[in-house]
Amino acid sequence: MSTLLERPAEDAAASRAGQSPFARIVSDFVANPVAVFGLGMLMLLVVVAIFAPLISPQNPYDLAQIDVLDSKLPPGSKSGTGGTFWLGTDDQGRDMLSAIFYGLRISLTVGAASTILALVIGLAAGLTAAYVGGRTEAIIMRIVDIQLSFPAILIALILIAVLGTGTGKVITALVTVQWAYYARTVRSAALVEKRKEYIEAARCLALPPSHIVFRHLLPNCLPPMIVIATVQVAAAIALEATLSFLGLGLPITEPSLGLLIANGYQYLLSGKYWISFFPGIALLLTIVSINLVADQLRDVLNPRLQK
Amino acid sequence: MLVFIIRRSLQAIVVLWVMSLLVFVGVYAVGNPIDILINPQADQQDRERAIHALGLDKSLPDQYLSFLAGAVHGDLGRSFVHSTPALSLILERMPATLELAATAMLIAVILGIPLGLWAGLRPNGIAGRTIMAGSILGFSLPTFWVGLMLIMVFSVMLGWLPSNGRGPTTDLLGVPVSFLSVDGWRHLIMPATNLALFNLALLIRLTRAGAHEALLQDYVKFARAKGLSNARVIGVHVLRNILIPIVTVIGLQFGALIAFAIVTESVFAWPGMGKLLIDSINLLDRPVIVAYLLVIVTVFIVINLAVDILYSALDPRVRLHEAKG
Repeated sequence: MSTLLERPAEDAAASRAGQSPFARIVSDFVANPVAVFGLGMLMLLVVVAIFAPLISPQNPYDLAQIDVLDSKLPPGSKSGTGGTFWLGTDDQGRDMLSAIFYGLRISLTVGAASTILALVIGLAAGLTAAYVGGRTEAIIMRIVDIQLSFPAILIALILIAVLGTGTGKVITALVTVQWAYYARTVRSAALVEKRKEYIEAARCLALPPSHIVFRHLLPNCLPPMIVIATVQVAAAIALEATLSFLGLGLPITEPSLGLLIANGYQYLLSGKYWISFFPGIALLLTIVSINLVADQLRDVLNPRLQK
Repeated sequence: MLVFIIRRSLQAIVVLWVMSLLVFVGVYAVGNPIDILINPQADQQDRERAIHALGLDKSLPDQYLSFLAGAVHGDLGRSFVHSTPALSLILERMPATLELAATAMLIAVILGIPLGLWAGLRPNGIAGRTIMAGSILGFSLPTFWVGLMLIMVFSVMLGWLPSNGRGPTTDLLGVPVSFLSVDGWRHLIMPATNLALFNLALLIRLTRAGAHEALLQDYVKFARAKGLSNARVIGVHVLRNILIPIVTVIGLQFGALIAFAIVTESVFAWPGMGKLLIDSINLLDRPVIVAYLLVIVTVFIVINLAVDILYSALDPRVRLHEAKG
């Protein structure tokens, strides 16, 4: 990747023909500095989330490490044991910076897990609809149409009202909200691909349908799915935060960024802004960086824009 | 046309019925409302009387049938908590939500269309780029957090606006509204702005894309060649042709606004249907949850139908038929 970065633009253009598709995607992606910035920020956030227990100043959920006497201190205050609370503390005396690192971990995990699950279900439903056709297709697509005519937040709230709260139930709600986007997109992509010669050739070879669908059809439908999946991770994180803020999301034992913001809501009116403000900034940075990456991926993976 | 409306209405009734079934079964299988609604200190006799009064001793299908029979007559059960009919509880709060959503849409339209036009007419200017960057932010910012930040700045730091509630209302034809008094506006403006942000960003992008495209069309070149003033070319020729998608989106988004008002109402303690829903979910007040969902599904179905019909009236190229399948 580093050689690609160093290569001057005109050389890159001249050698395009010899590039592998992956190298072309990488070189197209790095052409946009804003997208590279977004990707860098996203990678930083992911690293912080993964290594949260190692780099956090304290473990915010270890009762031995927090002191109620430190509660609601403004950013930059010194703790009793000599450390500094760079982003202040919450009502329990937890270091906000550490709480945000741990919260980021939970928010990203829930967002990514629900997106992957929804992607798998949506792909299966969409490919089945496109390949089988007929009544099966009609039923699947009608469900998709009805679902997409309601806003995601409403469907998620209905499900939470029905299922109750809890991590598994929140992920179920997020998956249910998302799968329809994938099903619709992969179906339209698959319908186009299905008519091409290579699928016809595969059928003439009498390959089993599962082989044709997974080895021939699926790889050619993937680019638009990658773009939607990226956008949907951001949407899932935002939706989970909203549900947690409303008190209908993750349980208090797994404080995501949304729950941290909700926690600070009651102290906002007395001017203790940092308990809500900084988790919100972390949430915003996550969503913006994912959206920047998705924006560039859309251009890079769009065959119509390829030079 | 008539056949289309009848078919869509029938389809809508089926969707409503399926929703009522799903929601009823789901909601009535969650938790045990007896534990929540009846005083734990009550003796056995009182408990049984209360269970009987609420109809909780019947089997699930029986409860649903009596619910369905009531629903047909506009009776969606009584709230466990408020002891008033669930439907009237929701309809009571509906004007507050509708006023909030309408004000938000008004803000989005008044600001969004001119800003989008500006960005579309001068795509490479500093102002145009700033507007577009701002619209990306409008998509990315989590609504509830923006609401908190608005409270922080305008209520806590500056002390200009009240942080929650609806304030005094004035009766307009028997409906309490906020927009007739100065104090009402002070309560209304912050939640409405918060709710408007997403649609503002959406309208900016839509108007810009439309204007950008329309400027390259022959009819605009021809209008300019005729020597029409710039204002007339933009105001009449460009704007009129990009209005169709904008009107559609405004229509469809109105339903989304009512749904998203759930979040805004919770942040600003606005006494609308959305806040009622969240409170009811937390208290397991099931008749209210079911009634809310049926009301909002009805609102959505009506809006979708109205937009479809309006769209075909606005654009003669659109034929009213349903996609095969």
